[in-house]
Amino acid sequence: MTACNRLAEGGRRFFLSRGAVAAAGAAVAATAVPLADAQAEPAPARLTYATTRLANISELKVNEPLSITYPDADSPGVIIKLGTRVVGGAGPDGDIVAYSTMCPHKGFPLVYRADDRTLNCPGHYSRFDAEKSGLQIWGQSTANLAQFRLAVGANGDITATGVDELIYGRISNVLA
Amino acid sequence: MAFKRNIDRLPIPPRDAKVHNVTCHFCIVGCGYKAYSWPVGGQGGTAPNQNAFGVNLAQQQPADSPAWYSPSMYNIVKQNGRDVNIVIKPDHECSVNSGLGSIRGARMAETSYSATTGTLSARLTDPQVWRYGGMVPSSWDDAIGLVAEVTRRVVAEQGEDGLIVSAFDHGGAGGGYENTWATGKLYFESMKVKNIRIHNRPAYNSEVHGSRDMGVGELNNCYEDAQLADTLFVVGANSLETQTNYFLNHWVPNLRGNTLDLKRREMPNEPHAAARIVVVDPRRTVTVAACEAEAGRENVLHLAINSGTDLALFNALLTEIAAKGWLDRAFIAASTSGFDAAVTANRTTLEQAAQITGLTVAQIRQAAEWIAQPKAGGARRRTMFAYEKGLIWGNDNYRTNQSLVNIALATGNIGRPGGGCVRLGGHQEGYSRPADGHVGRPAAYVDQLLIGNRGGVHHVWACDHFKTTLNASEFKRAYKRRTDLVKAAMDSVPAGDRAAQIDAIMGAIRQGGLFSVDVDIVPTQIGACAHVVLPAATSGEMNLTSMNGERRMRLVERYMDPPGQALPDCMIVAKLAQGLERAWRSAGNAAVADKFKGYDWRSEEDAFEDGYRKHERGGEHVTYARLRAMGTNGFQEPATGVQNDRIVGTKRLFADGRFNKPDGKAVFASTQWRGLQAEGKQAEKEKFRFLINNGRANHVWQSAYLDQHDEFLRDRFPLPFIEINPADMAELGLAQGDLVEVYNDNGATQAMAWPTPSAKRRETFMLFAFPTGVQGNVTSKGVNEFIIPNYKQTWANLRKIADAPEGVRHLSFKRQDYRPVT
Repeated sequence: MTACNRLAEGGRRFFLSRGAVAAAGAAVAATAVPLADAQAEPAPARLTYATTRLANISELKVNEPLSITYPDADSPGVIIKLGTRVVGGAGPDGDIVAYSTMCPHKGFPLVYRADDRTLNCPGHYSRFDAEKSGLQIWGQSTANLAQFRLAVGANGDITATGVDELIYGRISNVLA
Repeated sequence: MAFKRNIDRLPIPPRDAKVHNVTCHFCIVGCGYKAYSWPVGGQGGTAPNQNAFGVNLAQQQPADSPAWYSPSMYNIVKQNGRDVNIVIKPDHECSVNSGLGSIRGARMAETSYSATTGTLSARLTDPQVWRYGGMVPSSWDDAIGLVAEVTRRVVAEQGEDGLIVSAFDHGGAGGGYENTWATGKLYFESMKVKNIRIHNRPAYNSEVHGSRDMGVGELNNCYEDAQLADTLFVVGANSLETQTNYFLNHWVPNLRGNTLDLKRREMPNEPHAAARIVVVDPRRTVTVAACEAEAGRENVLHLAINSGTDLALFNALLTEIAAKGWLDRAFIAASTSGFDAAVTANRTTLEQAAQITGLTVAQIRQAAEWIAQPKAGGARRRTMFAYEKGLIWGNDNYRTNQSLVNIALATGNIGRPGGGCVRLGGHQEGYSRPADGHVGRPAAYVDQLLIGNRGGVHHVWACDHFKTTLNASEFKRAYKRRTDLVKAAMDSVPAGDRAAQIDAIMGAIRQGGLFSVDVDIVPTQIGACAHVVLPAATSGEMNLTSMNGERRMRLVERYMDPPGQALPDCMIVAKLAQGLERAWRSAGNAAVADKFKGYDWRSEEDAFEDGYRKHERGGEHVTYARLRAMGTNGFQEPATGVQNDRIVGTKRLFADGRFNKPDGKAVFASTQWRGLQAEGKQAEKEKFRFLINNGRANHVWQSAYLDQHDEFLRDRFPLPFIEINPADMAELGLAQGDLVEVYNDNGATQAMAWPTPSAKRRETFMLFAFPTGVQGNVTSKGVNEFIIPNYKQTWANLRKIADAPEGVRHLSFKRQDYRPVT
């Protein structure tokens, strides 16, 4: 089974469970979060992301997506060597990109179309361009697709270092 | 790079966040939302007992989670003068959308005014008056005083025909029962203004006179009918993009076969299957593609007719259905009149229709079968008929509308589960006005009056004709010329000398000038010609009631303050009426002054009580308090009573088989085909090479009046697009994103080229009403007999202006339609 097919299969499984909703927590009286101690260290302005090895460049084949997760195991994504240089592409050829594969509209899993290098949502038909930093070609998301920032080491290891949009289903890209 | 917000976390609504009922103020579907607000400086936490959703937000939420909101759903706004955080997110408990949010509605928070985050900083905050060569902030008293006195002087000299009005008549933002009542009371009760037009058309008329004249009100079913139908028959509508969550939440489940249990429960004594769908549209839309993805190509019939030939198709379908005997004879006998005469008058063979429409005989025959061939065991096939601007703004509106209603009546599909013959709608509805009979029918062609130097003062309520009218090139030239005359006159005397100002203005008006008053929430293109601009509040900044496409009425609660001095339209009307009363009294005409009494409203609720409550059918049962309690589900109009303090509504109209005619019988119509009806259209078609079909895009709401100020949208569409077949592009020497001029004898406009393989040769599609390229510039002034515009049948030539500009080079021009990966 190719990576593309695995993504599609994963998409179907996930999609079939679309009715699932988060279990509601117990009804407890409202409690405000206490303000931070005035003496505490100031928090950094931005989230601190894990630097995570996603793959080695030798594992990538042109236009064949590889499933990854980032910034943690609950956040599926995909890394693709497009074969042509793109804005925001990483690696010696400037053609490696990585994206979240949870649709930023409703969280259904995106499926990669190799024929036009797009990520597609079977839930509500949104389409994102993998060659245009995740621009939504058409769809219901109010954001373009979250892209993972990449760095490529001398040994060909590809690491993710951050994310440029809020990932679906999180109030913080880095979960507590 | 695509636009990215680089937001990687969001504030959390605390457990005690305030919750307000919200209905999306954009399209007719009216999706339910909830607004959560809490003071800046406070926040909830991730633990279930620390946030408004009662969910552990430290975890990844699953697909379709009720507990997630995107950055576009968050903002900081003012509430009673204090900054609050706000999250406006779709409501999973609303039956309309079940938690779905479209790309338009789910940006309501981001497209709200915020002095803190800077969003929609373009909103109008103060009355403005033309002074010293520009628009200068002023007070309500100053601005209203000027408008009232100029209006009075014009009416005194020219009569009420000298006052020309453009006004919304719908629901949602820039409308609602409170505001339509107020404007109606001013212009139809205190005055009898007849030179009045509506926001998107050049006269005061119904877009569906045809249906109404047959006794069939146009919003006659419920959204559940789309889940119950055997066949959906859809004309000139691209519902995935223009009624998104109606399509996704009600049509798609039926196309998938997910509503079979509901069908068996509601209609137990007949066979059921997943729905089939017929889409009549010259263009292959994303809606067609989505239907094929969900139902399979074998259950989707796309009738890609020659533009403007719907009427011939419908007459042939009626002829075929009658010939086969697939009729509801009991319904025809009990509830209609004129059937035999209409069948005779409209007789059109399949071959004749095929020749006119460009379809095959087999396609038309198949459509007739899908509409009306009885199901196994002889049960009547249930077909829902739905139409929108492709028909409404298409060739021969009145007859075409009637020819479709003919089919629905003949097959017994109105007032029944799984049926209906409905317009799909643009805005929500919210019409409540005194009688308008004095306007007449056909009503005055107001644009032609304005172009022809008629009238002296123009009141504009939330309309931007420069983007949304036909014959826009000529209209803009004339409007600018006339209003510039008045500006020059105003500049010729000191601004502080009111008496001299008024004299100068009136002098210019006598020379063909026009004094323009623009009431809106944002600066508009027509507003750039105005002499007075008045700032209005929008939905959520005031309490506002409207109904959606299944007549579902809800109250949007005020959840934030309007910007600056902005006021609800109804309260602006009250100020203007009181100003006119004072002006007439000062002029010594007490009799006229007394006509402007009755505007002592303290709030929009008073306007609601004065209007809807007293004047609309069932209005006596409807109060703000009851609507508030009924949340985002509200009730379906008309109200028929109250039980346990809940308003009882009406699921379907005409369920008793009685229609809006004195004898209760709907009337079949004679609707003969007469080619391209509007004056000049056939000649235009013969002279110019490309059809400039036009309409809406998923990303953009209406004329982009808010979207043009939203970074996400502005990045995606700095210019309107025009879809062109790639072979045509090659002939024109065009590459994707190139700037194209669209030109004909009516005018010219621009768009960026989007290569579209599914576009037919010589048939383009241009985004309508966009600020940086107005399609109406090239639409002729030709209208139907009731002054309905004909935007869709426009022909023009194309030529390249420039290579793709920098602002579009990062964009994607890949095909828009979804195709399942197999």
